Amino acid sequence: MAGIPHDHYEPKPGFQTWLHTRLPIVSMAYDTLTIPTPKNLNWMWIWGIVLTFCLGLQIITGIVLAMHYTPHVDFAFRSVEHIMRDVNGGYMLRYIHANGASLFFFAVYLHIFRSLYYGSYKAPREVTWIIGMMIYLAMMATAFMGYVLPWGQMSFWGATVITGLFGAIPGVGPMIQEWLLGGPAVDNATLNRFFSLHYLLPFVIAGLVALHIWAFHNTGNNNPTGVEVRRTSKEDAAKDTVPFWPYYVIKDLFALCIILAIFFAVVSFMPNYLGDPVNYVQANPLSTPAHIVPEWYFLPFYAILRAFTADVWVVQLVQFITFGIVDAKFFGVLAMFGAIAVMAMVPWLDTSAVRSGKYRPKFKAWYWLLAIDFVVLTWVGAQVPNELNAWISLLASAYWFAYFLVILPLLGVLEKPLPQPATIEEDFKSHYAAPAE
Amino acid sequence: MFRKIAISAVSALSLMTAMAMAAETGGHVEDVAFSFEGPFGSYDEHQLQRGLQVYTEVCSACHGLNMVPIRTLSDEGGPHLPEDQVRAYAKNFSVTDKDTGEDRDGLPVDFFPANDGAGAPDLSLMAKARAGFHGPYGLGLNQLFKGMGGPEYIVALLHGYTGEEKDEAGSTFYENPVYSTGWIKMQPPLADGQVEFADGAPNDIKSMSEDVAAFLMWSAEPKLNARKDTGFKAVLFLILLSSLLYLTNKRLWSGIKGKKAH
Repeated sequence: MAGIPHDHYEPKPGFQTWLHTRLPIVSMAYDTLTIPTPKNLNWMWIWGIVLTFCLGLQIITGIVLAMHYTPHVDFAFRSVEHIMRDVNGGYMLRYIHANGASLFFFAVYLHIFRSLYYGSYKAPREVTWIIGMMIYLAMMATAFMGYVLPWGQMSFWGATVITGLFGAIPGVGPMIQEWLLGGPAVDNATLNRFFSLHYLLPFVIAGLVALHIWAFHNTGNNNPTGVEVRRTSKEDAAKDTVPFWPYYVIKDLFALCIILAIFFAVVSFMPNYLGDPVNYVQANPLSTPAHIVPEWYFLPFYAILRAFTADVWVVQLVQFITFGIVDAKFFGVLAMFGAIAVMAMVPWLDTSAVRSGKYRPKFKAWYWLLAIDFVVLTWVGAQVPNELNAWISLLASAYWFAYFLVILPLLGVLEKPLPQPATIEEDFKSHYAAPAE
Repeated sequence: MFRKIAISAVSALSLMTAMAMAAETGGHVEDVAFSFEGPFGSYDEHQLQRGLQVYTEVCSACHGLNMVPIRTLSDEGGPHLPEDQVRAYAKNFSVTDKDTGEDRDGLPVDFFPANDGAGAPDLSLMAKARAGFHGPYGLGLNQLFKGMGGPEYIVALLHGYTGEEKDEAGSTFYENPVYSTGWIKMQPPLADGQVEFADGAPNDIKSMSEDVAAFLMWSAEPKLNARKDTGFKAVLFLILLSSLLYLTNKRLWSGIKGKKAH
C-alpha cells in the first residue's frame, strides 16, 4: 500500500495463505503497523496517537454515559446528576468525558500547529490536510452538541447563540435555524436530535480518521526536515526510516502515558476547572446568563465572530456594496467560517517550495506570531467586550487572515530559504553519533 | 530574531494594558482553607454533620435540596450518619408516594424535598454553580491555585451583608456586595449563636457559614473523596508506567540513535 519500498507480509502455507487469498486483512494490519517511518520525527509527532486515543476514550465513556442519560428537557439535567451520584464510577466517567473533550482539542491544536510549522500540508499531503480539517469541523460539531446534553444554562444559551448564527444567513437563515432546532426555539426536539447526532458523529470521525491515516500512509509521513524519504531502493529507504512498530509505538505510548498522568490529575483534582459553573444551573429559557461564553476550545473562532462589529469600516463597506444583504452579524459568521476555510486552503496559499519551517528564517517569525495570535484570540474570546478588547480581537482576527491570505503567498516569493539536507539520514547523522554497538 | 522579540514585546504590552483595564466586579471573596481542597483533601464528616444541622434548622425553611437522596447522608465520604439517624431524619419530611399517591413519612430512599415556595433557588449544586474566584485578567490563575471558589462564595455571601436594605417593586432587598447585583432578596439568614452544635463547635456566623458551605459542597459533589482517591492511584500508576516506557524507549532506540552530537 505504502509508496515507500519495504518488506511485505508473506503468508505461510496453510491457514495463513488460505485466509490471505480470501481476505488480506493480516497483510493490511502488518503493512500498517510496520510502515517505514522517518527516523527523525520529534516529540511534536506524538499528537496523532494522543488524538486516536482521545477518540477511543470519548466513544467508550460516551457509550456508557448514554446508557444512563435521558435526552429529555425534563430529565436530562437530573439524569446527569444520577450519573454523578448513583452510577458506579459515574462521576469518573462523566468527568473523563467532559475533560476528554478538552484534551482532544488541546491535542488537535498542537497537531494542526505542528503541520503548519513543518509544512505537512504541502504536496503531496493536501488530501491528508483536507481530511484533517473535516475531522476538526466534525469534532467541533460533536463537542458543541455534546455540551448541550447536560441541559444546564450554558448548554441552553450556547445552543441558542450558535444556532442563531445560521439564522444570520440572509433570506433562508431563519428557516435553516428552525430546521436545525426542530422548532422555533431550543427545546426538547433540539435536545433529542443533538443527542442522536452527538452519538453518530464520532463514528463519522472514526471513518475520516481511517482515511486520514490511509492518505498519509500512502504519501509517507512528513518529518522535521521536510525532505522526503528516498524511494530509490529498499536499502535507501531503510537508511531514512525505522518501522513504526516497535520504534514509534513505544515512543508514542511513553508520551501518551505522561499526558494521561496530567490528564488524570486534572480529572481527579480539578474536574470543573475548564467548565463554566453556570452549567450547574438547570436550563431556564426565561433567564439569560450575564455572560454567554463557549468552552475554551471554541474561543479563538468565537473571538473572530465577535470582532467584526457594525462600526468596523470593512463591515460597513461590505454592507454598502452588498446593499445591506451582508450585515455585521452575517459578516461575523462569514469571518468565523472563513477563518477555518483559509486555514483549510493553506496548501494552495503557501507558495514556498521549501516544506519545513526549519529552513525558512522569515517564515518562522510570522509563524510564531500566528501562534501568539491564536493564544490572544483564545484569551480575548472569553473577555467581556469593551473598547480595548474590541481592538485586540479585531487586530488578532485581521492577522489570522493576513497570515494565510497575504503573508504565506508573499513569503514564498520574497524569502531566501536556508539550504536543506540532502537526505533524512544526513540530517540524522549530523545530530546523533553512531549507536554504541 | 529582533522582529520576533519586538513582536512579542508589543503583544505582551498590549496584553498588559488589557489586564490593567479589566475591572473586577462583585464583592471580595475570601479564600477559606477547607479540608476538602487540594489533591489529598477530603471532607470532614463532623463539619458536614454540623453543616447539615445548619441547613436543616435555617436554610431548609426556603431552600430545597432536591437532587440529593436522603440515604446518602449515611455514605462514607459524606456526613456518614448512622442508618437509624438517617431513618429518623427522613421522617421529618412528608412525601407524596409515587406509587400509591398518598402522603407518608419520608424514607431514606426519598430525595430531600424541593422547596421553591419562597422563590429561593435549590441548593443541591449551588457550591459548584458559583465561582468565587476570577482572573487575574481572564487568565484563570486564581481558580487554578485557589479552586473555583464556590464554597468560599457561599461563606462570603452569608456574612457579606452591610445592614442596608431597600424596598423596591414590593420586595425588600438587602445590600450584599458579594451578590452579583449588590442587592439580594434573601434576608441575613444567620445570627451568632443561632444553631447549637452537640459537639460544642463554635457557632458564630463565620463558623456556621463555613460548615454549611462544606455541607453544600458535599451535596454538590458527594463522590469527591472517592474521586481524589481513584485519581491519586491513576496518576501514580501512570507515572510508574511512563518510567518503564521511558526505559524501554531508550533501550529500543539505542540501536538507532547514538549520543547527541551537539
